[in-house]
Amino acid sequence: MTIEFKDVIIQTICRLLTPPIQLYALYVIAHGHYSPGGGFQGGCILGASFILMVIAYDIGEVKRRMAEKMNTIFCSLGVIIYSGIGAICLILGANYLDYGILHKILPVNPVRARALGTLGIEIGVGIAVMAVMISIFLNIASGGEHEGALE
Amino acid sequence: MITHAPILIIVTPLISAFFNILIGLWRRWLCYPFVITVLSACVFSSIAILDTVINYGTIHYKLGGWTPPWGIEYVIDHLNAFMAVIVSFISLIVAVYSKRSIEQELSEKIVYFYTIYLLLVTGLLGIIVTGDVFNLYVFLEIASLAGYALIAIGEDRAPLASFEYVIIGTVGACFYLLGVGYLYIVTGSLNMTDLSQLLPNLYHSKVVLVAFAFLMVGVAVKMAFFPLHVWLPDAYTYAPSTVSALVAATMTKVGAYVMIRIMFTLFKPYFSIELLPVTTVLGWIAVVAMMFGCIFAMAQSDLKRMLCYILIAEVGYIVLGVSFANRMGLTGAILHILNDAFMMACLFSVAGAIMYKIGKRDIKDFRHLHRKMPFTMAAFTIAALSVIGIPPTCGFFSKWYLILGAIDAQQWIFAVALMISSLLSAIVFFRVIENTYFEPRVPVHAHNGGTHEEIKMDEAPLSMLIPIFIMVAGILTLGIFSGKIISNVIQFAVPASF
Repeated sequence: MTIEFKDVIIQTICRLLTPPIQLYALYVIAHGHYSPGGGFQGGCILGASFILMVIAYDIGEVKRRMAEKMNTIFCSLGVIIYSGIGAICLILGANYLDYGILHKILPVNPVRARALGTLGIEIGVGIAVMAVMISIFLNIASGGEHEGALE
Repeated sequence: MITHAPILIIVTPLISAFFNILIGLWRRWLCYPFVITVLSACVFSSIAILDTVINYGTIHYKLGGWTPPWGIEYVIDHLNAFMAVIVSFISLIVAVYSKRSIEQELSEKIVYFYTIYLLLVTGLLGIIVTGDVFNLYVFLEIASLAGYALIAIGEDRAPLASFEYVIIGTVGACFYLLGVGYLYIVTGSLNMTDLSQLLPNLYHSKVVLVAFAFLMVGVAVKMAFFPLHVWLPDAYTYAPSTVSALVAATMTKVGAYVMIRIMFTLFKPYFSIELLPVTTVLGWIAVVAMMFGCIFAMAQSDLKRMLCYILIAEVGYIVLGVSFANRMGLTGAILHILNDAFMMACLFSVAGAIMYKIGKRDIKDFRHLHRKMPFTMAAFTIAALSVIGIPPTCGFFSKWYLILGAIDAQQWIFAVALMISSLLSAIVFFRVIENTYFEPRVPVHAHNGGTHEEIKMDEAPLSMLIPIFIMVAGILTLGIFSGKIISNVIQFAVPASF
């Protein structure tokens, strides 16, 4: 059963709101390591922007922009970025997650390298959280079928 | 690289878990060899760690280079290294075993199965190597969440069983977290070594007593210790057979490890023995757990459910050994962790192999199974003898130390209880063995001379038999080498004051 659901006001407002929400999410992620915020919160906001699109349009619309396979790849990519940065520190000879050592491959001093390392981690966490948020929402909303819900 | 082994043992399965998804999207059949390679690397680094610990003493690893009370520290002494070898070895063996059974039971979900499998191993190894009580909670949650997911993909009733486990397991984890929170309020520290130095001045504070109670109850839920075991039989019965073999062999043992850590490292031994009557209470509950597990196992007709109740009794043995609070008892308990991991992995693997071949788990259907699957049933018999405690197998040696511990502690009732529960488990297992081997053969055509039904040999595939027989070899040899294991590893894991 498909109920045709179109509301010009809701769809327009959501379309207008989504870019600022995503921009704000990026702001929260980028400032996470020296002010309130961070990868998890930013990732949640980024995921929420996609969920808003699902509510205003339907699942198909969002899956055109973010395919399920893509989402799975993002989910693992986030964790790989996180643990990969830690592993690079290991390879360069420091302890796991000791970002200071990254100055060997980055053209900055150790203190700045530590900040950049944390930023990299936050980006990884953000990507993973966003992908998992979308995945959880799509699975619950459609009972695991990914089709026909909220249409 | 050996200095980084403590972190590699966690990071390798963690990164690989997510690479596994990418590999699986590309070529599905590559997942299995990839997982085997990763787990072999884990076994290798855990053996390297054990070797380093035996030769050079405790390893300290500062995560991110931050010094301990502030940063997270990984501390590996003899007990951790010993546990890490057990968990990584069992998970490798079970992964080898998993190939055919997963192809049959969950052919659609192989990629995600192995991903969650690796995450479960990450969580278990993380619990073992960490020296930080909050970090331990994080890994406990990783392992538990992976466990819930793995159990839920089992048979029809598995989701409900897993949901029960989620509810009870989450309550247990919350209790543990509350305990950690109370300790943090009074001491301001989360590092185990730091806490054990800060706490003795506060032992009479109500907050610390409540924290200790919360920690113990939380861990008891996770290890399925007697009154808190209700989630275990359903969850482990309906889980896929590979998962049952892995979680039964490792999860409860890791819980027992955490209990030993809390009682004797986080708190000084005299706190758990003299200030609070914890050991007395634990001892009596453990006796009840042993009896209860064996008696309920007798009442089951489903092989896997019977093994689950035996597992509850085995947890009782381990806790009983801890509760003696003397050198012999604790040695027996730690040795039993090793032996029980092998016995349970072997028994649940055998149950999985039978399930794979005949598709049934009811003990009544096992009649003459030894003609159809002689090697599998031989493995089952040896593992069963080990659970009962017949001499050449390893189960005898740990029970011997447990009884010596009971005699040392002059707890005669506990010594008798140990023997009675051994007899009870003998009855439990001989019921299965009798049903398989000694049931009289029924003539098919009674009217034309009583010829017997032909039973052809139809064994489980080699990818299942080889891991099962590696575990049987373990059961047969570990007992003989138990003296060596104790003198090299376990005697250093027992607190010096015992």
